[in-house]
Parts: sequence; C-alpha cells; structure tokens
Amino acid sequence: MYVAVKGGARAIDNAHAWLAEERRGDRTVPEMTVAQIREQMGLAVNRVMAEGSLYDPDLAALAIKQARGDLIEAIFLIRAYRTTLPRFGGAQPIDTGNMACDRRISATFKDVPGGQVLGPTFDYTHRLLDFMLAADGDVPEAAMGDPAGDPVPHVTEFLNSEGLIQPEPESDAVPRDLTREPLELPADRALRLQSLARADEGFLLGLAYSTQRGYARNHAFVGELRIGSVAVEMDIPDLGFAIEIGEITVTECETVNQFTGSKTEPPQFTRGYGLVFGQTERKAIAMALVDRAMRWEELGEENVGAPAQDTEFVLSHCDNIQATGFLEHIKLPHYVDFQSELELIRKLRAQAKAAGQEDAT
Amino acid sequence: MFDVSTRQGWMGLLARAPSNRVSHLWANFGPVPAHETLRSPEIGAVMVRGRAGATGAPFNLGEMTVTRCTVSLACGTIGHGYVQGRNKAHAETAALIDALMQTNRQSDLRKVILEPLAAEMEDARTTRAAKAAATKVEFFTLVRGED
Repeated sequence: MYVAVKGGARAIDNAHAWLAEERRGDRTVPEMTVAQIREQMGLAVNRVMAEGSLYDPDLAALAIKQARGDLIEAIFLIRAYRTTLPRFGGAQPIDTGNMACDRRISATFKDVPGGQVLGPTFDYTHRLLDFMLAADGDVPEAAMGDPAGDPVPHVTEFLNSEGLIQPEPESDAVPRDLTREPLELPADRALRLQSLARADEGFLLGLAYSTQRGYARNHAFVGELRIGSVAVEMDIPDLGFAIEIGEITVTECETVNQFTGSKTEPPQFTRGYGLVFGQTERKAIAMALVDRAMRWEELGEENVGAPAQDTEFVLSHCDNIQATGFLEHIKLPHYVDFQSELELIRKLRAQAKAAGQEDAT
Repeated sequence: MFDVSTRQGWMGLLARAPSNRVSHLWANFGPVPAHETLRSPEIGAVMVRGRAGATGAPFNLGEMTVTRCTVSLACGTIGHGYVQGRNKAHAETAALIDALMQTNRQSDLRKVILEPLAAEMEDARTTRAAKAAATKVEFFTLVRGED
C-alpha cells in the first residue's frame, strides 16, 4: 500500500524563498553578476562545464550562482538543462595537435620541440595567502614574448616515430554515446573515455592516486600536458561541407607508462589519455592514469583486483550526479518504509522475549 | 589566419566571433535587408568528440551549445547561421551575413564586418600566444666542479 502524505507545500515554498534570500546574502554587499563568476571563477566554471558535460561558460556561471557555489548542485543544473536541448549532430573529432596552447609541458623531455610553456599556472607558487587580493587593485598586464606561431607537435609522436610507444589504432568509427543508451558492459575504450571525461574530479583523483600508491601501479610519466583552444568542426547537411561551429578550451594529458612486450613484439611504452573541457589539469592527469589502469586486459596485464582496474566499479560510481541522486534520496521521506521496519523489529523483540520467558520456565 | 574569402571561412569566423562585436558591426552596416526566416533561431547541442591518445578512435567528450538559423533574402538567396552559444540574434545576423555574402554586397560586408572582425580575433589570439611565449622556460645549465 502506498499512502501519500500531503501538507508540505507551504513549508517548501517558504524554504525556497529563504534559500533565495540566503543565496543573496548580506544585502549591503554588492550582488555578484554571472559575468563576474564567468570571468573570475573560471576554474569553477570549467569544472561545471566538464562534469556537466556541456560547454557553455555563461550557463555554467549561472548554475554556480544559483547553486550558491555548490559545484555538484551546479553540475546537476547543467545536466538537467542539457537534456532539454535538441541534438544538432556530432562534431568531427577535435585536432589537439592544432591547439593554440596556453600551456604545454612535458615531464619526460626537457628540450621538447615547442618548448616548456608554463602558462597561467599555480605551479611554483608558494601557496601563501595573498592578502593583496583582499584589497582592491589593478593587475598589471602579463609579459609578452615572441610567439612562434606554428602548431606544437605532440610528444608521443617522437616516441611513436621510433616505435618506442604503443601506437593508437586509427579509426573513424562513430563512438557509442552514454547519453543516448544505457551503459553496457564490457565498455570499449571510447565509452570509458566519455564516462571519465564527465566523471567526478574527486573520485578520479582518489582512484588515480591509488594506482600511484600501488593498487595497479603503472608508473605514469606525464609525457605531455597541454591546455589551449581548438576549433570544433561539424558537417552541415544543409551545406554539404563542414564548418567551424565554435572554439573550446580543453586540457589534454598523455601519459607514458611502463612497458609491455611479448615474444612477437619488442618492449614498448604504453599510454593513458585524459581530455577534459576547460583548464582542468588535475582532472586530465587523473583521467589518464585511470584510463591506463582500465586497459590492463588489452595490454595483457594481470588483474590484481585493484579498484582502478575494475571497469564496472569505476564506471558505475564515477558520475557524481548519479551518485548524489542516490545518496541524497535517503534523506527524503521514507516514513512508510521505516514504519514497516519498526513493526518488524518490535515483533522480533516480542518473539525473542516470549522465547526467553519460555526457556526460563 | 581567418580566411574570409570562402563560405566556410566566413561562416567559421561568424560562429566563433563574440556576439557583442557581431551585433555592433552589423548595426553599423546599415538597415536590415528584407528577408524571410526559413528556420527561426534554434538553440541546440552538438556532441564534441576527441580521439583516444589524440590520434586514435573517436570518443564523445561532451556537448556544446550552438544556435542555428536560416533566412532567405527577397532575391531568394538562402543564408545559414551556425554560432557557438545561445545568442539567437547572433545566429540570425550570421545567417543574414551569409546570405548577403552571396550577393553583390559581398565586398562591403568584407570591409565593414568580416575583415575588422577577423583582425580583432587574430589580435586577441596573438596576444594570448605572446603571453604564453613569455612563460616558455629557457633552460641553462650550471657547470660545477673543477673538471
């Protein structure tokens, strides 16, 4: 039997009105605009776009404002919004080799062609609070150098030309899409990468860290990390040719991992891959490590039972909207469920008591 | 960098251009020509893809917002606008410019809208590249010891 309970409407309305007031905060402090969030909370905006799986900085900034800075709530809002959009089609795969790089570093080759370009990074800062930011002040314009202008080649290309790294099989197959069909296991690499690209950063960070600590260790070097903008091209049926429909910023991480080899193949480095919307390098590195760990089977490695090797476990738990939906639903009314548990436990206790009295006599 | 001599080129430029710059330059161009809207501006999503290991098999990375619009001028010329984001006016303007670029107003449009827009965007891109170049590490080696 299902018994509907009514009477919460007034309380809910008032709770939401208070939420709006609390969101606004102290009215003597100026209200933040969506543009301010977009421009000054850029990395939060990037995370919401990446995990919300929708590239639109204005929408992400609006979601952060609405969610009072709760990024998972903001991601939830973006995911809900994207389901309302008609799908115009699929773009051609982006060419990260043609990226206009803001940042491009390699931890494996010091003198890599194109150089080590640090970009706007937190690396090498002292992590001391900067109280100057609490005061108003203009920021001086960043220094300018002499841009080379040519696209920067991928580091793995050098290893590839020597045959030292496992090549990526070429393909133009249309990938399966998690947002269109339920996840089916076993999941191919394309499906795994889609799932990781929108996965929770914290979950991936923990899993990636676990591989470094020895749970499916695969000894990753960051062969290359690059952040910058790439054009997105799509075939337009009305026109009969492809046009650029926009430009997005992405972070790409390619790891170079320990060897594999067999009787027929000489030892080769293997690779992990991370690609994420926005400037999101922690997530991209974590993604590459977890991608590499999940490739144990195709690379002929042993399954040591590590969490990061367990594709079903990773893919079933890495989505923070699925996770938070199920986790948080247990705070909603379960009065009837619990009533039955209460009755059951009372009955069991009464039986136990009666049995005890019988034993005593 | 931005080639506005081909249809692909100008459509790509209009797709990526900042909405406020497009509307500003369009307003300066003169009155909006008589036209019919074949497809009203529509906001949708396009699935962006990457390749495993940058060069391997494609995978779905996530979607981006795109707005499209189709117009036809009084002479029957059809123009399409596909622009990044959710600005309907931007998509409609892009469609009108695309249509007019196929007429004899081509050179005016190039001069008043497309070339200035391309120059501004090229400028922004160069500035960013210059800032990145300034953060390039110049390694040097310290030689220590006697031999």
